[in-house]
Amino acid sequence: MIKSEAPRRVLPPWRSILMLGLIALGLTSLIGRAAYLQAIQSDFLQKKGESRYSRIVEMDVNRGMITDRHGKILAISSPVASIYADPKLIEITHEQLKKLSDLLDMNKADVEERITKKSGRFVYLKRQLVPDVADDIISLKIPGIYLKNESKRYYPEGEVAAHVLGFTDINDEGQEGIERGWQETLAGELGSRRVIKDNKGQIIEDVENIRLPKQGQDLVLSLDHRIQYLAHRELKKAVDLNRAKAGSIVILDAQTGEVLAMTNLPIYNPNRRSSINSERLRNQALINAFEPGSTLKPFTVAAAMEVGKVNPDTVIQTSPGQYQVGRKTIRDVGNKGELTVAQVIQQSSNVGTAKIALSLPSQTMWEMFNRSGFGAPTGSGFPGEVRGILRPYNTWRPIEQATMSFGHGISVSLLQLARAYTVFAANGELKPVSLVKQTMPVMGQRVISRDTALAITRMLEMAARPGGTAPLAQVNGYRVAGKTGTAHKLVDGQYSKNRYVSTFVGYAPASDPRLIIAVMLDEPSAGKYFGGAVAAPVFSQVMGGALRILNVSHDAPANNVVLFPAAPELGSEG
Amino acid sequence: MFKLNIVLILIAVACALSVVTSQHKARKLFVVLENEKEIAQQLDVEWGRLQLEQSTLGVHGRIEQIAKERLNMKLPPTSRVQIVSIDSAADLLSSDKVSP
Repeated sequence: MIKSEAPRRVLPPWRSILMLGLIALGLTSLIGRAAYLQAIQSDFLQKKGESRYSRIVEMDVNRGMITDRHGKILAISSPVASIYADPKLIEITHEQLKKLSDLLDMNKADVEERITKKSGRFVYLKRQLVPDVADDIISLKIPGIYLKNESKRYYPEGEVAAHVLGFTDINDEGQEGIERGWQETLAGELGSRRVIKDNKGQIIEDVENIRLPKQGQDLVLSLDHRIQYLAHRELKKAVDLNRAKAGSIVILDAQTGEVLAMTNLPIYNPNRRSSINSERLRNQALINAFEPGSTLKPFTVAAAMEVGKVNPDTVIQTSPGQYQVGRKTIRDVGNKGELTVAQVIQQSSNVGTAKIALSLPSQTMWEMFNRSGFGAPTGSGFPGEVRGILRPYNTWRPIEQATMSFGHGISVSLLQLARAYTVFAANGELKPVSLVKQTMPVMGQRVISRDTALAITRMLEMAARPGGTAPLAQVNGYRVAGKTGTAHKLVDGQYSKNRYVSTFVGYAPASDPRLIIAVMLDEPSAGKYFGGAVAAPVFSQVMGGALRILNVSHDAPANNVVLFPAAPELGSEG
Repeated sequence: MFKLNIVLILIAVACALSVVTSQHKARKLFVVLENEKEIAQQLDVEWGRLQLEQSTLGVHGRIEQIAKERLNMKLPPTSRVQIVSIDSAADLLSSDKVSP
């Protein structure tokens, strides 16, 4: 028998209680910690965790295109790359530096200076590089050299449409013209989204869109690039020929008021930034107000006809070719004798117009000018557009009323002038102008009656024929109506004796007007300066070409050699 | 009771595994989608570049110059242009003299 009488050790009961207590304490502290992490700190920790794998990705947007009314591209953005460096991280060998500066097409010393700059952690080496070159640079794998994708704006038409379009700066912000006025529409907004990336850097899950990108919208202008080019070419010829300081041309659709072409000289090429300077920058047709001269005479006559003061056949005595108003004398070029109202317009008599004007209350004349859109912005939306000057009628003195009737003492932009002629071309209605293509029919505002508008058109047709002031404005095959203007330039508040602004505004075909063209040449200095000799030929060339481009049918005999109908020949040829 | 629990556990495990695999599949597909989007964007960029090229080559002035200088073309003067109005063209076509 084995006696297994071990000595019985009795553990003191406090030890087990202590153990239990310790375990319980450990447990509660663990639970407490868990609760703390789970409940109180969970947001923070979750964010920390996500940041290990989730990334925020920028979503690119492109600036919208600008096209003409037929979809021809006038401005488009294309991606380019900018190379920048972080001087703190840069490590470069001599050989790499040489390759880098070759690729950048920069001086080696310049590059070295830039990348070893002490201050700052960001320096552009070169902006707007061709993507291929940028790829080559990145493939050199120099630490601290990075690539940033940007876009550059290109203008395929070059200088032809530069003043209307304007341009953007290096950061894609519109600086001038349409690019500036429609910046909001064109630009779009960058978006960003949160994604999950795996260890290879591939995006494997879309978590959320932080901000949806807004793509830049395309803009369809009312311009017609064919007419725009034609206008630019002819204006350039005329400016060179007449050695003018500047020139502008505006072409409107007579029925809708859309701007089909608008250009000025001197101009710049928006693709070559160095050609831009403040003198060439401005869209003179919209931003420059000038005294329009005789091109305003039809408005004075229309105002008088509307109130029944005169009719086209009323005879006005302009002899002896000058007319005393107060202490000033109004002069004609020569003594024109007795003229009918129609002849006053045809021969552009200042005396005749002044006499008609002074038979009217100043308010009537002011209303005519005002309702034709003078002295107010045209609403084209172009940044920096002038309103021109039309002073309130109660400040007019008689001499001012007389000179204003032939366009002195009032200033307008060329676009305002062209638009005002919609009154005569569109049967008495003033049409709104627009640089953007209109999709809806536009509503005009009635200024004069249809009969008056037609009567003025007949007078303007006389002016653009032999016997008028602008026979050079004629277009073979079309009836043309138009008015010349030759104004002395205001220089330091005085009318200059030998500096002129020559204008011509007209429309065709007179039987159903399609186009209004306003031409202005500033300081022609090759001898000729009358609007009929300087500006009217430009009108004729551009009008003839534009009507042909638009396939407008003739409304006058065209002196064709082929006689119509020549049915058998035509048929057998086809 | 015990059997039921086993079955439920098995079902739970199966579900968990299928969640994992479908998540994996989804991610793979998503990667493909992203790549396609990337390609689409590159194509878009290329399209823009081609459009730029086309419009640069198609500038009116350039075409005019080529037509005039290289191809010796010129605009007919208005006196040699015959405008055929729709009415008279219709008359012509309906007349008996014209052979098609």
